[in-house]
Amino acid sequence: MPPVILAVADVVDGQLTRLSTEVATLARGLAAEAGGVAVGLVVAASPDAAAAELAGYVGRVISVAQPAMADTVPAPFVLAEVRRLVDEGAGVIVAGATTDGRDVLGALVAFTGFGYLANADAVAWADGAPVMTSTVLGGKAVVRSTSSTAGTAITVRAAAITADAAAVPGTVEQRAPATGPAVPAAVVRERVAEAGAQVSLEEARIVVVGGRGVGGPEGFDLVGDVADALGGVVGASRAAVDAGWIPYARQVGQTGRIVKPALYLGLGVSGAMQHRVGMQRSETIVCVNRDPDAPMAEIADLFVVADLFEVGPALAAEVRARKGA
Amino acid sequence: MRILVLTKPVPDSAVGAERMGPDNRLDRTTAPAVVNGNDEYALEAALQLVEAHGGEVVLLTMAPSNGTETMRKALAMGANRGILVSDDALAGADIPTTIRVLAAAAKDVEFDLLLAGLDTSDGAGGAVAAGVAALLGLPLLSPAALIQPDPAAGTVSVNRLSSKGYDRIEAPMPAVVSCTQALGTPRYPSLKGIMAARSREILTRSLADIGVDAPAGEWSSRVLDVAPPVTRAAGRTITSQGADAAREIADFLVDRRII
Repeated sequence: MPPVILAVADVVDGQLTRLSTEVATLARGLAAEAGGVAVGLVVAASPDAAAAELAGYVGRVISVAQPAMADTVPAPFVLAEVRRLVDEGAGVIVAGATTDGRDVLGALVAFTGFGYLANADAVAWADGAPVMTSTVLGGKAVVRSTSSTAGTAITVRAAAITADAAAVPGTVEQRAPATGPAVPAAVVRERVAEAGAQVSLEEARIVVVGGRGVGGPEGFDLVGDVADALGGVVGASRAAVDAGWIPYARQVGQTGRIVKPALYLGLGVSGAMQHRVGMQRSETIVCVNRDPDAPMAEIADLFVVADLFEVGPALAAEVRARKGA
Repeated sequence: MRILVLTKPVPDSAVGAERMGPDNRLDRTTAPAVVNGNDEYALEAALQLVEAHGGEVVLLTMAPSNGTETMRKALAMGANRGILVSDDALAGADIPTTIRVLAAAAKDVEFDLLLAGLDTSDGAGGAVAAGVAALLGLPLLSPAALIQPDPAAGTVSVNRLSSKGYDRIEAPMPAVVSCTQALGTPRYPSLKGIMAARSREILTRSLADIGVDAPAGEWSSRVLDVAPPVTRAAGRTITSQGADAAREIADFLVDRRII
């Protein structure tokens, strides 16, 4: 039987995440290599828009409307549908390496004993099994791993691959939901948005990151002003978060958000390995740092050895002037 | 409150010397073992909850027999006792096995909350909390920035990090919570804590003790080969200052069609 590769989508606030389109792109490529079929899965309270979008990337999408998910965490209901599809023959289950993706696949491997391949940067097909490439140990090594079980669960690191729409859009098949959650589901009592977080770091086109060099919480006023001028979103290095200058939700890096914006602008970020793991796939990297030997100089497209408190305000003004012109 | 905390010994990433060994497994001799960072946040949260509500904090670790060394550090922070599942048959264990073993060991302990780090700095799979919760049939609250149990109501409320802030989620206890650095900085062990830790109990249990059959055959996943990371090439460095530097950056961004 040709292998069935299942791409499990993440839906956040009714929207398909960018990572889900990357996962679907990967599943489509893997299915082509394996001579199998790729199937997308969207399970949400209102899945229609996300399912239609996912069909741009994969030939067949199964869309499950589960009204209960409006007020619960998603993983228990997504898992119920994944298990049904595994019972029907899906052998490779791919999801984003997000909390929800890991919560679904962690429970799946617990129940099935499937091999678990975590944080894939790429997946190929060899000798009848998926072979994953993954950056490990905080960026110190790259390993290729494979699974020796009948089924395999794979999480894909955000921004590792580029989403690529299929030449021909796929079809969406509506399915009635399984009766209930596969595991007990925590309920959502309240959803709280924090100021300045209207565009998520992962989806932002421009990310302006403050590091230890911004000197204190007030330094993030400058970071915010530069971000505002550029139309970007504020991020932070772990050093700035650990110092208590900005909430953890803003952290970019291995233990925070993984970003791949068109522009990453670092202000006073030295570029520790654990930070670079979370941003080195940005299309363009610009850094301002007084220290010419900062590790960021090794990967920046433009590295500016200067005082960020002089360059930052001037840059905000320059960008506003050019945009206004 | 009875709180079970999963703690894994990992090579100290602050040493910066982690590497894969010739057997394609993590070389655990390059740096001293420490409690995994996210597990320390879980432990700190557990200690604060017990300080507020009373009760005890129990560590659960699956590791080789020298796992007691890192458990002593966690006991010195204030945990009351520890359970170490150690068995030669678990060397190099895969994620499904790790989940199965930890769930079986947890089943023998009465607890209100089971806290685990969101992921570990060595494996970074982030699947264990979800897997253990699934096998125990318990709700999973992940990833937590704040944990607020209501022992009278028998429920726990967690601020779950979301892309835009947080969701306040709730479930009946017992429950499993995955923990992040957003919970706050772990304490350092006090001298008194270090002394007290020496006499605290660490119960070592084998697979037979917890009623799990020794795994047979090969692990469900394996590393085929290891290579150095691909690095991005460096670009241009400039040393102009202030408004001059700002103009050069703006020109560069225009060239790249970013602004």
